[in-house]
Amino acid sequence: MAIKSSGLLIDITRCIGCGACSDACKEINDLPPEIDDKLTAETWTVVREKDNDLHVRDLCRHCVEPACVASCLVAALTKTEHGPVVYDESVCIGCRYCMVACPFQVPCFEWHSPNPRIRKCILCEPRVAKGKSTGCAEACPTEATVFGDRETLVEMARARIKADPERYHDHIYGLDEVGGTAVMFLSPVPFEDLDFNTDLVNYPLSDITWNILRQVPTIVAGGAVFLGASYWLFNRREKVKKAEQVVGPGPKKEADDV
Amino acid sequence: MFRSAVKLITPWRLIMAAFLATGAVLVFFRFTRGLGSITNLSDQTPWGMWVGFDILAGIGLAAGGFVMAAAVYVFNLKRYRPIVRMAILTALLGYIIFIVGLILEVGRPWNMWRVITNPNIHSPLYEVSLCVMAYTMVLFLEFSQVFFEKFGWNRLMAVFHRLSVMLVILGALISTLHQSTLGTLFTIAPSKMHPLWYSPLLPVHFFLSCIAAGLGMVCFESFLSERFLKHPPRMDLLSRIARFMAVMLVAYFIFRMGDLAVRGVIGLAFTAGFAALLFWLENLLFVILPIIMVFRRGLNIGRTSLFIVSFSVVLGFIMHRFNVAITSFQLVKDAGYFPSWMEFVVTACLISAGFIAAGLAVHLLPVHGGETEKSEN
Repeated sequence: MAIKSSGLLIDITRCIGCGACSDACKEINDLPPEIDDKLTAETWTVVREKDNDLHVRDLCRHCVEPACVASCLVAALTKTEHGPVVYDESVCIGCRYCMVACPFQVPCFEWHSPNPRIRKCILCEPRVAKGKSTGCAEACPTEATVFGDRETLVEMARARIKADPERYHDHIYGLDEVGGTAVMFLSPVPFEDLDFNTDLVNYPLSDITWNILRQVPTIVAGGAVFLGASYWLFNRREKVKKAEQVVGPGPKKEADDV
Repeated sequence: MFRSAVKLITPWRLIMAAFLATGAVLVFFRFTRGLGSITNLSDQTPWGMWVGFDILAGIGLAAGGFVMAAAVYVFNLKRYRPIVRMAILTALLGYIIFIVGLILEVGRPWNMWRVITNPNIHSPLYEVSLCVMAYTMVLFLEFSQVFFEKFGWNRLMAVFHRLSVMLVILGALISTLHQSTLGTLFTIAPSKMHPLWYSPLLPVHFFLSCIAAGLGMVCFESFLSERFLKHPPRMDLLSRIARFMAVMLVAYFIFRMGDLAVRGVIGLAFTAGFAALLFWLENLLFVILPIIMVFRRGLNIGRTSLFIVSFSVVLGFIMHRFNVAITSFQLVKDAGYFPSWMEFVVTACLISAGFIAAGLAVHLLPVHGGETEKSEN
């Protein structure tokens, strides 16, 4: 099966909080087995338990147009054609701007390494590239996490909400947030109750920075004309003054004041 | 000469030596045990004091270099010629210190050359990096006239004079770009910053404020220069600079408040709380106090007043950059970040190194060129 742009649908109503996804992630990505209580350089997915007996997975959302990819000055972070946002440590300078840019606070840093890397979920890129599912989706016993083509997953999510509107809060988190994410969520309660960032715009964050950076040629051209013209103008005054001194003082003495 | 040899060891030099020695140890830990061993940074606070102070504030305060150079060479305001070299020197040292700071700050500095081979033009940080590299070279070329004069290389001096305007215009353009783009960096994080500091127009805020802060720094360093290098400040020039600075501060403040009003969040500035307190403290130091003091006395402003004004502007400006880079994030999601004492020491080291380099340069090179040597000790 050729997958165009893969993603995950995480249905919080189905999650029992067993943590099989975290274990599978640890094994597949060769990470130390201890699971931290939040995302760290060594824990790429974690299941948080909310007081309302709900279990919420946290992981990289693999945005359709990721802020981290746009922010990385050396393109160490890229979005592959299959959907995963991956990292190339050989070019990364460790500036951590991706961590500032990410609206979901996903990328983590190896704070105690002399050669630190950015670490985060890569949506099992080597497996996905071969057409396989992610480790977490495969390990999930309740199909709370489902792997598939993003468009198919959106249809599936819509169908679930439509079939059982009592069960679901009517919102697919990740459908439009920051221009859409490949990892999407369904929830029985509003997402702010689950500490999701609900203060997000519905367009890619990189639009904001790019709309500013686009102005650079205009600013350079305008600035060059302004400064060049100023130089010509203010130094012409000087030349006129000098010429006057040769010919003799003109009727009006040029003031030195500005 | 003899007196200066006897006074080789002074309290200030001892303090700086202590900072540098401690800093060397800390840098060793940073490169062997990682950034986490000496900083309080975390996955929740990836950028802290070094970004806020060494990079954002440092580069902003060095803006005096391009503003003064443009004033003298482009706008033909010749009267400022006696201080333009000092302003360029400060900027050059500021950028060198910034680059050293960056090597400490980024996790994998040995990959920094990748900026050249792997450019991502969509990243504001790429533009900043490129501009900082280019502008440091421009500053070095601008400052090279001091070497030409010192060693009597008249041919090179003539070449410099022919190219100086081009160089200064280039420097001003590059500065405009990266000073503003430092603000653009933060526009990508609207949901993570407090609305009193976040704005899609942050690049304009950063540009307007850096001009005022750069000029404030020119005044401030003139007083430092008097204190430490026994070089009397040119009050006639500084008072005019302060007046222009105050005009820029007014422009900045109108823009800032207007921006808040248009975005409909100005009420937050008048809502009791920590955010509003910080906002007004920052603006009191950076804008309100300096404007009142400068406009009350005009060009007759006294030395003490001007010292207070310039110190206040520098302090308020640093506070603004800290608030953008650190506090505004903490106000939205408190990660409990406060710089470790080691982060302070490393920053103090960088400042000390800058002082030492500036002192050496002033002693060895004709930085205060074009003036009568009246007060040599």
